[in-house]
Amino acid sequence: MINVTYIQPDGSETTVTAQPGDSVMQTALNNNIDGIIAECGGSMACATCHVYVEGEWADQTGARMDGEEDMLDCAMSEMKDTSRLSCQIKLTEALDGLRVHIPEEQA
Amino acid sequence: MTLIEGHRPLTPDPSIPVLDIDPYSDEILLDPAPYHAALRDAGPLVYIPRYSVLAVGRYDETRKTFSDHENFVSSRGIGLNDFKLEKPWRPPSIILEVDPPDHTKTRKVMSKALSPKIVRTLMNDFTAAAEVLVDRLLEKSEIEGVVDLAEAFPTTVFPAAVGMKDVNARHLVDYGAIVFNAVGPDNDLRRRAMERAPEVGGWITAACARDRLTDDGLGALVYSAADAGEISHEEAAMLVRSFLSAGVDTTVTGIGNALWCLSQNPDQWEVLKANTLLIRPCFEEVLRYTSPVHTFLRTANLDAEIAGYPVPEGAKIMCALGAANMDPAKWHDPEAFRVDRKPVGHMAFGAGIHGCVGQNIARGELEAVLSVMARKVARIEPAGEAVWRPNNAIHALDRLPLKLIPN
Repeated sequence: MINVTYIQPDGSETTVTAQPGDSVMQTALNNNIDGIIAECGGSMACATCHVYVEGEWADQTGARMDGEEDMLDCAMSEMKDTSRLSCQIKLTEALDGLRVHIPEEQA
Repeated sequence: MTLIEGHRPLTPDPSIPVLDIDPYSDEILLDPAPYHAALRDAGPLVYIPRYSVLAVGRYDETRKTFSDHENFVSSRGIGLNDFKLEKPWRPPSIILEVDPPDHTKTRKVMSKALSPKIVRTLMNDFTAAAEVLVDRLLEKSEIEGVVDLAEAFPTTVFPAAVGMKDVNARHLVDYGAIVFNAVGPDNDLRRRAMERAPEVGGWITAACARDRLTDDGLGALVYSAADAGEISHEEAAMLVRSFLSAGVDTTVTGIGNALWCLSQNPDQWEVLKANTLLIRPCFEEVLRYTSPVHTFLRTANLDAEIAGYPVPEGAKIMCALGAANMDPAKWHDPEAFRVDRKPVGHMAFGAGIHGCVGQNIARGELEAVLSVMARKVARIEPAGEAVWRPNNAIHALDRLPLKLIPN
C-alpha cells in the first residue's frame, strides 16, 4: 500500500491511498485534493500541479525531469529547491508515506 | 511493393476486430459520434481495411498508444503517409513530426516561447482585443460566429503575439486547414488542400523570415534561441512556421466550438456567467466535447503490441482522440456538456511528449474571449443551423449564425 499525505498552505493534512504507477498529481485528482489543478493533464506544459516535497523525501522522489525546471519557473508560487511538478512523480512502494506541501497559489 | 495511402499494406492478426468503414468520408467527418461509438464498441484495437490501418478509440488504449513515443513514433508522419517510404508534401515539422532526441531540443525552445509566464504577459493585449471585438459584434443584430468571432480573434491577436509584419488572415487560417487535411488519405479534401498548398505555403514560408518579424514577439524569442546556439537559424524559421500551422486554425476551431457549445446549452452559459472561475474549466470541457483535433496517427517503429494484439513494424495506428474524449468508460455521462466537469486528462491536446506545446496560449485566448463575453453578453442564441466543415484531422464549424444579446 502507498499512502501519500497532502499538506495545504493552512497546515491541514489529508492522507490518501495511491495506486502504484499513478502520479502524485493523478492521486490528488482521484481524491479531490484542493490546490492541484493539473490543467494540462500531465504533459509538463502548465505548472498547475506544483508541490513542495517534504524533507528527506526529496531524495526518494529523485531528480527533476528534463524540461521540468523551465516549467516550474513559470509556477505562480515561488520555486524552491524542493519544488516538483507532481505529475512527474510516479508512485512506487518506496514512496509509501510521502508528504508533499501544496503552494499558496497554483493559477 | 505497392503502398496504400503512402504506407505499407498491413496483414492484421486475424483476431483483431474489423471495422469496414471510411472514417474520412464526409458523412463521418460531419457527424463523427456514431463512428466513434462503433470504434469503441468494436474493441480496444480495430482493423480498418479501407486504408489498411489499425485504430484505437477507447480512452485507455488511445492515451497509451498516443503517448508511447518509443514504440509509436511521430517521425514517420502523423497522417496516413509513412515518411520513411514516401516523401512528404512539405519538409516535415521539426517538432510535430520528429522523435527524441531531436524533438527534445526543439520542444524546449517552443515550450519556453509559449510558457505560462510568457502567456501572462500577453493577456492584457488579448483581453483588450476581445473587448473591441465583442463590443463591435454586440452592435449587430446577428453574427456569423465562425468568420466574425472565431476567425477574427486569433487572426488579430496571434500574428501580433508572434510579431508578424505581414498579416493575411485568410492564408493564416487556411494554412492550418491545409496542413491538417494533408494528414488524411488521398481524398477530395486532401487534393483540394494540395492544390492550394503552393500559394499559401509560399506566403507562410516568406512570412516566417526573421526580417519579417518584430524583435519583441514570440518569433523573436525563437530566433534568439538560434543566436544562443540552441538551434540553427533554419530551424528557427521552421519553428515559426509551426506557430502558424498549429496556432491559428486550431484556436479558431476552439473558439467556434466553444460558441457552438454555449449556444446549444444556454443553461451552461448561465452557470458560467454566475461563476467566472469556471471559464478555464469550460474550455477544457469544450475541448473534450468537440475534440478540435479528432484524429492523428502514429507509426509502429518496431514490432509492438496494443491491448495484447500484435502490431507489426510499419503499421499505421489511427488514434481517434474524439472517440476517447467521449468514452463512457472514462467519462460519466459523456454526452452531457457541463462547464463544471473539469475533464483533466482529456485527449484534445494530445498527451505525453507531443502534447500541444501551445496549449497555454490557446487557453489564454479562450479565457480572454469568454471572460469578456461573460461580462457583456446576456445570451448566445442560435440564429440558424450550425454547419460543420469536413477536415481530415480537424472538427470545425463552417458556419455558425448567432445572435448575441447584450446585458
